[in-house]
Amino acid sequence: MPAVGARPGLSSQVSKGSTSEGRLSGRQDMSSVLQKPPAPTRQLIRQKRRPSYLPWLLLSASMILVGVMTGYPVVRLLVMSFQEYERAQLMGQPAEWVGLDNYATVLTDVEGFWTVLARSFALMVVLVVTTLVLGMLVALLMIRIGKGMRLLVSVGLLLAWAMPSLAATTVWGWVFDTQYGVVNNLLTAITGDRWFGHSWLLNPWSFFLILTCIVVWGAVPFVAFTLYAGLTQIPEEVMEAAQLDGASAFQRFRLIQVPYVRSIITVLVILSMIWDLKLFTQVFVLQDIGGDRELTNTIGVYVYQMGMAQGHYGLASAIGVIFVIVMLAISYPYVRRTLREEEL
Amino acid sequence: MIKIRKRAADAWFGVLALIVFVFSVFPVYWMLNTSFLPNNRIRGENLAFFPTPDVFTLNNYRAAMFGEARAPFPPAVLNSIGVTFLTLVIALVVGFLAALALTRFSFKGRRTFIVLILVVQMIPGEAMIISLFRIIDGWQLLNTIIGLTLVYSAGVLPFTIWTLRGFVNGVPKELEEAAMIDGCSPAGAFWRVTFPLLAPGLVATGVFAFIQAWNEFVMALVVMQRPEAMTLPLWLRTFVQATQATNWGAVMAAAVLIAIPVVVFFLIVQGRMTGGLVSGAVKG
Repeated sequence: MPAVGARPGLSSQVSKGSTSEGRLSGRQDMSSVLQKPPAPTRQLIRQKRRPSYLPWLLLSASMILVGVMTGYPVVRLLVMSFQEYERAQLMGQPAEWVGLDNYATVLTDVEGFWTVLARSFALMVVLVVTTLVLGMLVALLMIRIGKGMRLLVSVGLLLAWAMPSLAATTVWGWVFDTQYGVVNNLLTAITGDRWFGHSWLLNPWSFFLILTCIVVWGAVPFVAFTLYAGLTQIPEEVMEAAQLDGASAFQRFRLIQVPYVRSIITVLVILSMIWDLKLFTQVFVLQDIGGDRELTNTIGVYVYQMGMAQGHYGLASAIGVIFVIVMLAISYPYVRRTLREEEL
Repeated sequence: MIKIRKRAADAWFGVLALIVFVFSVFPVYWMLNTSFLPNNRIRGENLAFFPTPDVFTLNNYRAAMFGEARAPFPPAVLNSIGVTFLTLVIALVVGFLAALALTRFSFKGRRTFIVLILVVQMIPGEAMIISLFRIIDGWQLLNTIIGLTLVYSAGVLPFTIWTLRGFVNGVPKELEEAAMIDGCSPAGAFWRVTFPLLAPGLVATGVFAFIQAWNEFVMALVVMQRPEAMTLPLWLRTFVQATQATNWGAVMAAAVLIAIPVVVFFLIVQGRMTGGLVSGAVKG
């Protein structure tokens, strides 16, 4: 989809007229420079067409929706995080201001909050690295194999990609089921030991192993397709020249392919970090199927447990605020990068 | 010598490709397989790898739709369709208007708005469930389609605006201007020239909004708590939540029912959306 996002230099030049062209000049080329100044008729049309309130009128619906459904909840979250807000307050008792008490409680809770946060980050690192490495290997594989095989692999990846994460989680839960799961069955057949009755979800380590399988299985296709698209852009002569000069496959990978797709890799890493840190559905449902919630909570699920399940709304709000700050900090380079790329 | 070695390498890569394929497809295949097997073949030590005609059954689907589930199926389907459809319409209309403003006009505050959209998209909904719950509750909209639709519309809107903005940018303005010089009004030029060219982009964006709303779990969990208010993901969850032994045949049938529309729509638009996903996206 190369056309999308690429702003034609000519149109942006013409459209900006003389008012603000310095600020927003698109990717211009010679032709657009030569086309200036625009024909007078066009400018006339343009002036007639733009009452200054019109763009704001068009934006008003979005601003109301985002303001009411995202802005207001953020403010409300902040307010609640400074209040004592428990089940009683839900029933109508006035909420008392407690200053930073909720934050103090959360930030000194090593067993609870810090453990969950550290676990979420550790899990994120494992997930991002595994996803990226496997995605890159699959992308390289797709370049190397013939057309028929590539189609086969693509079909498989697309199916995995399209599966809703909730449905996928239940399926993996069934594959690793304690009593009748196919994994226990096959392990019994292969090793000769009896694996029936072995629970994969009770032990937190194997719980996270299966969680990793689920998430990586669902995330690799996107990474692989994106990297594959990037790798196919590398001119063939470059690779051939390197090969003739005696570069090994690994050297070609390290010195040519990786630098070519470096910016794609950066974006993929940041996006994966964001998605993997706010993991909810897979963890939550896997816990339903048979995990120990205490030992397997990640930050998103922890907010739910603290607030919705246990009724400590004030504390949960404080955790929520911290969560938002962490996510914004992680997204910051991505937002900046996007703005720069779009030349805004 | 080199030729032989290359052929051997090809064979190895072929094997690797097959492994990737099998690993990707296996869960989907296993879901379908289990969903068509009778209980005595699901809970047995000798596995059935294919629902051969002698064991093939649709009982799991019957059990999933009309059976022992704690939440009834028909309202779940209707709730899901209602919420998804409303979200789709709102997000497309509102998002499209915003995309127009951001692409076809230059005005003070345009950049600020775009930055805002990007930042809003990065705020995790999971962090805000507490205040959203209190707000929706305060409006008496818990367990209503309207309440969940409001949450979803706001949730998918940034992505919708961003993607549609890309699509509108892809249509050269000169086409519109040519039509205006030929006597069209600005609005007429837009509707007759640009809009038809945007149709595929609208469809693709709409499908992605559909997939996100259809799959969404966390917000539904918070807003739709009563059994008859549940959407399909919550309904599916009730199967594995049960304390007694899980009826895996029914669960797999339920998972198939939920996954089918998503997979079909996804396959239709995936090619178009890869680039859009890279440039600022939420995953379903």
